[in-house]
Amino acid sequence: MGTQTLGRRGEDFAHRYLTAQGWDVLARNWRCRAGEIDIVARDGATIVFVEVKTRGSLRAGHPLEAIGYRKLRTLRELAVRWLTAQPQWYPDFRVDVLGILWNRGDPHVTHVRDAQ
Amino acid sequence: MSAHVGRTAAIALWGLAGTPVQIEASVNSGLPGIDIVGLPDTSVSESRKRIRAAISNLGITLPAQRITVNLSPGSVKKVGTAFDLGIATAILAAAGHLPTGAGAGLVFVGELGLDGRLHPVRGVMPCALAAVRAGFGGCAVPAANSAEARLVPGLKVLGAGNLAEALNALGGQVAVPALPPVSSPPSAAASRPATGDLREVRGHGDARRALEVAAAGGHHLLMIGSPGAGKTLLAGCLPSLLPRLSDVEAVEALALRSIDGTLDAAAAEPERQPPFEAPHHRTSAAAMVGGSRPGTIGVFSRAHRGVLFMDEAPEFHRDVLEALRQPLESGRCDIHRAWGSVSLPARFQLVLAANPCPCGASMGPQGACSCSPMDRRRYRGRLSGPLLDRVDIQLDMLPIAPADLHSGQPSEDSASVARRVARARERQAERFAGQSWALNAQAPGSWLRESFALSRAQTQPLDRALERGSLTMRGYDRIVRIAATIADLDDRSAPDGDDLLAALVLRTREAA
Repeated sequence: MGTQTLGRRGEDFAHRYLTAQGWDVLARNWRCRAGEIDIVARDGATIVFVEVKTRGSLRAGHPLEAIGYRKLRTLRELAVRWLTAQPQWYPDFRVDVLGILWNRGDPHVTHVRDAQ
Repeated sequence: MSAHVGRTAAIALWGLAGTPVQIEASVNSGLPGIDIVGLPDTSVSESRKRIRAAISNLGITLPAQRITVNLSPGSVKKVGTAFDLGIATAILAAAGHLPTGAGAGLVFVGELGLDGRLHPVRGVMPCALAAVRAGFGGCAVPAANSAEARLVPGLKVLGAGNLAEALNALGGQVAVPALPPVSSPPSAAASRPATGDLREVRGHGDARRALEVAAAGGHHLLMIGSPGAGKTLLAGCLPSLLPRLSDVEAVEALALRSIDGTLDAAAAEPERQPPFEAPHHRTSAAAMVGGSRPGTIGVFSRAHRGVLFMDEAPEFHRDVLEALRQPLESGRCDIHRAWGSVSLPARFQLVLAANPCPCGASMGPQGACSCSPMDRRRYRGRLSGPLLDRVDIQLDMLPIAPADLHSGQPSEDSASVARRVARARERQAERFAGQSWALNAQAPGSWLRESFALSRAQTQPLDRALERGSLTMRGYDRIVRIAATIADLDDRSAPDGDDLLAALVLRTREAA
């Protein structure tokens, strides 16, 4: 399985995972000049921008370790861009990161809420 | 203790003083990474990268969570790389790789390499001292520092070549990589100036005597003589005449060397010879006083409890000569810099050497000197009054006579002189029992005059010099002080008139 397919499958899995938690997924792979948001969802009244990082093994480290300060800054910028692009006003938002370790069998999810 | 908080201890050094620091590590949800809080400086913050690499290279996987490290008390500045070992151990305890309570009662000192090996650090000895004082029972240090840590009595030393060994000693189960332990860098101690033995000094009866008196009474000494007269050789013999350092003195001197990174632990204990420092005359005041960065010391402090020899004293920069005043006065160097303030001990015996004039020939045959009177005066003037005020013995050294050179008599060696010096020091200890000073050189003149009750007949030559104005009251006291030492060397309890005259000879600059 190639990296892109793995990433795609990881995002699909994340979609199901979040929906199972009762979140509404509002958008997937939303793009603009600054980059791409994997999943935009609504958790109650809060808009959550979700970055999904999937890896097939720990050889290159845990998927969450790939999310550094720079990536987080980009995600926040994208979040603001998405919010301004919406017709209605949302009072609250945050950025979550889903690290998925998918080494055959069942995927293993680590969900970091409000990543700083 | 919560399962997700690991605790260890370390020492934050500030000058010679160490404050115990508790290291707490906690694993919490969040993006993976290590945060260090609690007033770390850059070198401490950098340890995150070293620790991460070292732990992963030992084959340990850290949880993919946020690790927060707190160094408390948060008001104390933490400087240097010696916190690596304590932080790494606390993190691994928090991550469950060590049994609960492992490392309690231990202080951790050491720098990590990326492969997990422990690198030696400076200041292990003062850290160990602070650990004992704070009631810790043991100390984990890099293997290359363990001999140094063992110099401190009352402390169990755990020397580890790498992080894995340290962890296993605490009950962890980590495969120890097959790497040779990091050895200490070739010690800078090797470059210390050579000290000599009086056996090698031919002739110079007066100067030998002056040196003996200086050693016995702790008097500062100025030698003025032509180039090649043997000033440097004589000064180098002084450490061999002084008593070996006491336990307390040795610990102070060695702890300072440890901070300086010039401690040779293997040689330190058996020798116990007082330090000898001979800075070059172009050395700057900052280098002499020290403390240009936190955790550094200067030449004055390196000479603590030993001898500071300043050859070509008038050639030293004026700032250096002025900077001498504080350590001579108080035995300390107070350093105030942008990074903070610190006070370092610097109690040494000063030996100054100077040429009689810039060209150095004025003590030789008539007419050999090419200096103008103005040159000569300016040269002498560089050693300021306040400085010379503190130098008890000021001696003119004449060039060696051919008769001395060819006399078949062997010179007395340092060990024999040192025995007389030791006896004289015992006498002083008896005399000054209960006082705040221990040596004749430190005793107030009034106290000595009162206690000796010298008769008019005995002090007559001094009184006359005082009347004539060729001797000041301060000089008068100095002569009494030297005379006391001469009497001590002769095993008498108080000086007599002859001793005063002999003392006058050692003050040629003043009474002549």
